[in-house]
Amino acid sequence: MNTVAVDTAGCPSGLAPPSASEAADPSPFVRRVGKQDRLSLTVRGAKCGACLSRIESAVGALPGVDNARLNLSTGRLDIAWSGDLSARRIACTVSDLGYGVAPLDTRAGDTGHRKEEQSLLLAMGVAGFATANIMLLSVSVWGGQGEMGEATRQGLHAVSGLIALPTLLFSGRPFFHSAWNVLKRRRTNMDVPISLALILAFSVSVAETIGGGEHAYFDAACMLLFFLLIGRFLDARVRRRAYSAARDLAALASRTVTRISKTGTHEPVRAEDIRPGDRILLAPGERAVVDMLIEHGESEVDESLVTGESLPRFSAAGMQLMAGSINLSQPLSGRATAASADSLLSDIGRMLEAGEQKRGAYRRIADKAVSLYVPIVHSTALLTFLGWWLAGLGLRESILIAVSTLIITCPCALALAAPVVQVVAAGRLFRGGAYLKSGDALERIAACDHVVFDKTGTLTLGTPRLVSISLPAATLEDAAQLARASRHPLSRAPTAAAGPGPIATDVKERPGLGLEGTVNAIACRLGSAEWTGARASLHNGAALFFVRGAELPVELRFEDDIHASASATIARLRKLGMGVEIVSGDRSDAVAEVARTLGIDHYTASASPQDKVRRLEQLQAEGKHVLMVGDGLNDAGALSLAHASAAPGGALDVSQSASDAVYSGGLAPLPLLVRTARKARQVMLQNFGFAAAYNLVAVPIAILGYATPLVAAIAMSGSSLIVCLNALRLNLASEKPV
Amino acid sequence: MSALIYLIPIALLMGLAGLAAFIWAVRAGQFEDPEGDACRILLDTDTPLTGPARARSGPGSAGP
Repeated sequence: MNTVAVDTAGCPSGLAPPSASEAADPSPFVRRVGKQDRLSLTVRGAKCGACLSRIESAVGALPGVDNARLNLSTGRLDIAWSGDLSARRIACTVSDLGYGVAPLDTRAGDTGHRKEEQSLLLAMGVAGFATANIMLLSVSVWGGQGEMGEATRQGLHAVSGLIALPTLLFSGRPFFHSAWNVLKRRRTNMDVPISLALILAFSVSVAETIGGGEHAYFDAACMLLFFLLIGRFLDARVRRRAYSAARDLAALASRTVTRISKTGTHEPVRAEDIRPGDRILLAPGERAVVDMLIEHGESEVDESLVTGESLPRFSAAGMQLMAGSINLSQPLSGRATAASADSLLSDIGRMLEAGEQKRGAYRRIADKAVSLYVPIVHSTALLTFLGWWLAGLGLRESILIAVSTLIITCPCALALAAPVVQVVAAGRLFRGGAYLKSGDALERIAACDHVVFDKTGTLTLGTPRLVSISLPAATLEDAAQLARASRHPLSRAPTAAAGPGPIATDVKERPGLGLEGTVNAIACRLGSAEWTGARASLHNGAALFFVRGAELPVELRFEDDIHASASATIARLRKLGMGVEIVSGDRSDAVAEVARTLGIDHYTASASPQDKVRRLEQLQAEGKHVLMVGDGLNDAGALSLAHASAAPGGALDVSQSASDAVYSGGLAPLPLLVRTARKARQVMLQNFGFAAAYNLVAVPIAILGYATPLVAAIAMSGSSLIVCLNALRLNLASEKPV
Repeated sequence: MSALIYLIPIALLMGLAGLAAFIWAVRAGQFEDPEGDACRILLDTDTPLTGPARARSGPGSAGP
């Protein structure tokens, strides 16, 4: 099996940190197709081409694998193999490379969203083709004005109509469908004026062609469709990306559990098949998916994702274990106390949903613009028709002018104003180390004026570091020989300090006490003060003691380092006019220490997930728009409730799903995120302003009857182009930090 | 002007050929993973033909 040195684990580009969690057994998710076994996995942390080749070549080299293909955009790895290769081995191969991996339930796939995006892309392609070809004919009509014979013009119009009809029927469906749906409920949206303009433009043009008239609007109708579909497609793409993030949460819940049957055999089953009372086994390194009561075994359990407490807790028979905890040292077995759907993980899922609903009430700037726009356009067109008709112009001419008004005011620029800005801003943020998860994230982040940080893993690195400088190198190496055998976070610190090396013989892990083993034929212990016979530590943080034979115990002190970029980031956020505070589930003295170092006055310690939610509600009641930054399961509720939220790339899947943006490479991308969001909102508002200004100029021209097809074509494409170019300005903004 | 009788259909047919290619590409999933495909072209999947003496890789290699 592949083993990779720690320094090269995970994405080599540094965009995502290596995953430390053990792969669950995905075997219940294997599908059998003919003679082949197939499995889909979600891979977390694969961000670049090097990841792609490493994962595909490592999995492809396993015996019997016919095909392994990773989709870098969605993180989905499809494997097909024949023979007796175990699914677990595939998952382990990927996780050994340093990537997080979870089985993907293909029954709950995103086929619906994919289909929608695909059909929009097709509709866009067809509309583009029709626009280009009709324009070819229209240009000859405009160019030949006065010289072209009436029969030729009529013929060219007829050909245009023949191209436009199937295009309208095919590419216009998304708009007609949506407009019909809202009309049935006696409401209106942007698609109503669009559909009306399309149908009227086409019918009037058909009438004109038959009557041998001078103007036909087939080109305008198709161009309108094309521009609108570009906006629609970009929007669908952004939404699908947000949806695939939500699917990650489902992937987390669809993990595998090892169930112990009555006969004592171990079988891997899906988490949702576990009933309360089932006996389950939790291997070292595995994360609990259901709440359980421990019956056998004792171990250290990392609950940092559930409670925010940075040090592991000793757990033994009779104690309750919450879903989301990671077993560190010894196997534990016990009974499930709740089904997967009733476990803490699902409770948090429900908290997320509640937050999402609250957020769903948020109205996008684009929606507000449309609700103002629709009635104005309709009444303008109607008044134009009535005005000309009453003024004595013929019915045909009046209708023609009214339709040209409707076409020219149709919201091409409006439809492109927001999606293009979103796509450009997302691209810029990606280069800066942050990626957006939802379409309206930018607008909400732009409105934030207060940042709430979680401590462990967000402001701090979340992993203890050895700070005993005076420690002799030989002692450190001896201690590391014991520590290398353990998963305990405090054991990893001396291992990291001493580097790779041998492991002591006969190492035994005594949960709650420490490690003992034989180093160079001398019995040694690494553990708590009482167990090693030392006096209690004076250190204001975690400490371990190492004792060799009958020598005096040596103290090893640890600290959870603050991110190198933290104080600069906080200074920059303050400069952007944002208030900063810490809300953490960790011990009060640990939180106070970090707050003091970073110069943050407001902090809340020992906060439960509910306390965090309460604090956010309090801040919101004060009228503040909160940007929550956190990584743990205990932050997930708060993340989804906050006005906007961000999670580091190393955060738990749930927290990443609950947040609007995910950033990597320290805290430095946060100010960039806020600045880009504010700038994006500004550009979006400019675009809407421009669309309004365009209408102020174009509408009088149309009402007066000067909007020929040529004028309409120039006005529509010109305004769309200006909106797109304005959005690209986001990329021109200086890349250097504030 | 009679040339239009066959020139317009030819132009339309050429456009339709492009459209057909586009529809095939969408249906075949060519736009499913733009990021991955952009990286894939740079991957050197060739293995050396004989021993380490031949450092030069095959014609499929890409990049400087």
